Amino acid sequence: MRPAHPTADDRTALATILAKYRDGRGIAIPLLADIQRQFGYLPPWAVDEAARALDLPAAELFGVATFYSMFRLKPLGKHVIRLCRGTACHVGGSLRIAEELQRRLGVAEGDTTEDGLFTLQFVACLGCCSLAPVMMVDGDVHGRLSPDKAVQVLEGYRARKGEA
Amino acid sequence: MAQETVFRVGLASCGIASGSAPVFERLNSLLAGIPGARLQRAGCVGLCFHEPLVEVERDGARYLYGEVSPEVAERIVAFHLRGEGRVEDHLVASTVQDAPENGMLARQVRIVLRNCGQIDPERIEDYLDRGGYTALRKALGMKPEEVIAEVERSGLRGRGGAGFPTGLKWKFTRAAPGDEKYVVCNADEGDPGAFMDRSVLEGDPHSVLEGMAIAAWAVGAGEGVIYCRAEYPLAVRRLQIAIAQAREAGYLGKDILGTGFSFDVHVKEGAGAFVCGEETALLASIEGRRGMPRPRPPFPAQKGLWGKPTVINNVETFANVPWILIHGAEAFAQHGIGRSRGTKVFALAGKVRKGGLVEVPMGMPLRELILGIGGGVGEGRTLKAVQMGGPSGGCIPEPLLDTPVDYESITATGAIMGSGGMVVLDDTSCMVDVARFFLHFTQGESCGKCPFCRIGTKRMLEILERITRGEGEMEDLDRLAELAVQVKDGSLCGLGQTAPNPVLTTLRYFRDEYEAHIRDKRCPAKVCSALVHYRIDPETCIGCTLCARTCPVGAISGERRKTHVIDDGKCVRCGQCAPVCPVKAISVESP
Repeated sequence: MRPAHPTADDRTALATILAKYRDGRGIAIPLLADIQRQFGYLPPWAVDEAARALDLPAAELFGVATFYSMFRLKPLGKHVIRLCRGTACHVGGSLRIAEELQRRLGVAEGDTTEDGLFTLQFVACLGCCSLAPVMMVDGDVHGRLSPDKAVQVLEGYRARKGEA
Repeated sequence: MAQETVFRVGLASCGIASGSAPVFERLNSLLAGIPGARLQRAGCVGLCFHEPLVEVERDGARYLYGEVSPEVAERIVAFHLRGEGRVEDHLVASTVQDAPENGMLARQVRIVLRNCGQIDPERIEDYLDRGGYTALRKALGMKPEEVIAEVERSGLRGRGGAGFPTGLKWKFTRAAPGDEKYVVCNADEGDPGAFMDRSVLEGDPHSVLEGMAIAAWAVGAGEGVIYCRAEYPLAVRRLQIAIAQAREAGYLGKDILGTGFSFDVHVKEGAGAFVCGEETALLASIEGRRGMPRPRPPFPAQKGLWGKPTVINNVETFANVPWILIHGAEAFAQHGIGRSRGTKVFALAGKVRKGGLVEVPMGMPLRELILGIGGGVGEGRTLKAVQMGGPSGGCIPEPLLDTPVDYESITATGAIMGSGGMVVLDDTSCMVDVARFFLHFTQGESCGKCPFCRIGTKRMLEILERITRGEGEMEDLDRLAELAVQVKDGSLCGLGQTAPNPVLTTLRYFRDEYEAHIRDKRCPAKVCSALVHYRIDPETCIGCTLCARTCPVGAISGERRKTHVIDDGKCVRCGQCAPVCPVKAISVESP
């Protein structure tokens, strides 16, 4: 995981992003998205610096950052689990899966495991309702899950850890 | 020249999730270099429950195969190109022979989904081959007022949920003073349980662009924005490809088709906030701010994006427009009943056998949709209700399933047409739990601006949670009903105004379930975990230890070959033990 203090490279990367946003309207969301793409999350120092550079109140940027679920102020784990909590998944038993994953991983919703391997997120709907219950791990959708099957899927990612 | 055989693979998100990418790869290598065989990437046909899907077309005859693995793909190629073997066991629909889902497709009318699953969404040539952009050409030869009149006469209403007449919205925007106007496409499909717009964007993105360009001509706009949720990365990518192709071909950009009319579109990705489906919140979000709604009037038609007159329609609405221009308002209005004309696309999901995307004429009774097309609920289960309209909608009980799908009839039940999410519930679904589920969602998504929505939904959720834990009291039902009215009346936007609907409809039609939770501490559907107990029948248990080894919390004890027991205090009701028992000795009980 990245250290809390930015390196010189981090500062250069941020400066490159900020250079794109000298003017123009409606920049808060794309700007934050760019910063997050660079660092994997929104490091508070970077948001502060962006506010200073663009002469915006920091509260405005943090306000946007905390309003939308896409933005996060904490780094993510190596694999991001997005468990669908949409209607079709709910009536298909996704709550049991949510409980089981939290138990097995030892984390609450939104948190990252101690080894930094998994971040567990609940999302509103992945739009794959006919495969309910589903979860997305990184970019891949896994459907027709049970608590047991969901755990097996994660074991697969854990096993691949050694190879990487 | 020998007839070409086309192989189409459904490569929308749901197809890919079911494993259609390896099928495409296998076909790609099998068909490489074979003359007369062509492989095509396609969007979603709608038969999601049969994914991965492969369609073969030859001499106008079509054969759709389901549950296709790379091995089955080999058999399909062998059969269609060399006449070897048989693949009838995977045939799900066909234009020339009997197949299990022919009836399901025959009941549908495909206007919005006319190209979905038929064309390669990443090739503008395919869209053009099927008459794409001829509607735009036609519109540009008409006066803007004539285009608006045509859309008005068709009776098209907004497909995002509220059902406002589209032509009227365009007329207001045209009439609003100002040179700078915008067209915005709402592709922030946020209702859980809805994926119509995703399928259209992934399967036929040009139809939406063409609809937007026609709207722009009609209202006098020069710029368009598609606000698409970031959870749909494939839709965003295909839109961007389509926009680049349309610009290249002269259907977007400056001086479109040499008419002097200029219009360009760009995609703005949403950042994840349900409230942004509300039009004024959506506009705030495009402007880079927190997506908080503002009071209307002024409506976006007067003061929209950047304070300029703006037309906002959703994906499905725009996709209807080119069809209306080509076939005429009358052809469109011929489908439907009353003030609801044309078709509606529904995402059928939940406890239904044939989940997927269906498009039916307005006015079809819900029963025909769910039983006739969706195949009803699973073996041995009973249909209890259908949830329409997502968190803003409600649950329509089984006895009311003869209700036709039109805006007014659905509203009369207490639900709403909504954007098209249709989640079927059976006897294993607890209605109190469903209401709690939606309230949990809307409460979390409330932007916090209006106190009734911010605090009222929280109080309602707390009451529902109490009831599902068996700690409710009968007075809670009156409190819920009272709060529901206050939240509806005291909220600025659609989110708060409709958030109580799931509670109100379940209270109205399933009050007995609420009472069972409160009076008898019983969950009739055996869903609410605080009210159910798992039990091993000592007579049946053979002491195989499988359940004890499966239990994640060590709540099951017993020696090998002796009866096992569940410690109710330790049991977390995860339900993993029951399916592994080889003699079905474990049951779920609610007193």
